[in-house]
Amino acid sequence: MEELGVSAASGFVEPELQDEFPGLRLDWLTVEAHDGRSTSGIRKRLDGLSNRFRGMSVISMRTQPIPRAYRTFFRHIGLDPDATMVPAEAAAVVRLRDGGFRSTGLLRDALLVALVETGVPVWALDADHVDAGGLGIRTTVEGDRLGTGELAGYLAPGRLAVVDRANVHSLLFGEVAGAHAVTKRTRHITLFSVAVEGVPVIHLEEALWLCVEVLSSGE
Amino acid sequence: MSALLEHDRFSVRTGDGAPPNDIDVDFGFGRGDDSAARRTLRQQISKLERELSEIFVTAFLMGGLEHHVDDGDVGQPRLLDIGELEQIRDDLAERLHAARGRVSQRADQFEANRLLLERMLVEPARYRYARVALRDIGERGCGAYEVRPRLGLVGMLAGWWHVKLSSGCPLAMGRGVSRGPEITTGRCASS
Repeated sequence: MEELGVSAASGFVEPELQDEFPGLRLDWLTVEAHDGRSTSGIRKRLDGLSNRFRGMSVISMRTQPIPRAYRTFFRHIGLDPDATMVPAEAAAVVRLRDGGFRSTGLLRDALLVALVETGVPVWALDADHVDAGGLGIRTTVEGDRLGTGELAGYLAPGRLAVVDRANVHSLLFGEVAGAHAVTKRTRHITLFSVAVEGVPVIHLEEALWLCVEVLSSGE
Repeated sequence: MSALLEHDRFSVRTGDGAPPNDIDVDFGFGRGDDSAARRTLRQQISKLERELSEIFVTAFLMGGLEHHVDDGDVGQPRLLDIGELEQIRDDLAERLHAARGRVSQRADQFEANRLLLERMLVEPARYRYARVALRDIGERGCGAYEVRPRLGLVGMLAGWWHVKLSSGCPLAMGRGVSRGPEITTGRCASS
């Protein structure tokens, strides 16, 4: 990622969680926000990615190493991957339903390209809401709230969450808190990605790199 | 927990209460160590999930698996205790057992249908109008093998029977609307 002028940092993982899930890892980085639409090149890239999926390939996706690693991890943390689909499978199902990947804005396209290319999900936060100490994963405690502001709901203790020193930004593999999401006023974006046991670190780095690459090529 | 640790080896419980002999996982954790027990349960869950994924793909080619997903039961990510992990493992084992049964049953049906097809081919007159669809023998497509009389009524009267494979899936767009003679109401532009 050096040629793009950015490098990812490893986030912290609560020691107890690290003991339980040795492969659990979060990487994050901050980039300048690019307000704009996707170029025709990005839309063509999405078309190309759409062609990778056919019915049978989506069915057999769960036997491939990376989606399987996430499915297994979902089971380990109490999520049913048949009800809460792993990100790569969810994207593939949307592709089948819509007949192709449609461009929905530069940032969403960048996240989608990274996910489909690598199987590793990437999320985006407004960097102004992220503490300088960076992101990590820990279990929630009594009084933790998802996001900030009046609408931030309380979280049950013991949930796995993506946090910084001050705030909870999302539940692990969940949507980011509305108040911390990227908006048109966002100046810097914090991208983060989560790997689990069975997902090579290089895929994590590649997912973030792809995301940055697509964001920097927007109009 | 104590019951769990009492056994060095366990058989997974199934819906009918009978332990399936095809699912058998080693216990490898030290006694009295919760984290080791959880780790072992996670390993078992990983193994079951992998096998279930593989059989899901196999079963899809054979007509698919029935699986009910309760949309209302969407959990939140958390560190599971031993009881919860055991519950997940047992559910997966039950599903895997059911899936294997379903695949085995379908395989038997395919085999029986293939046998019937072979008999139809050898002695078509004995199996008049018998029909075996491609999907009934585990093949893709909409075609079907059917014992039909040669030359229609002539074959029927003469006892000439043979097996025909139908042409397959209907066209997605149909043959199109046949166009009748065009009716024009305006004046002819020529002459």
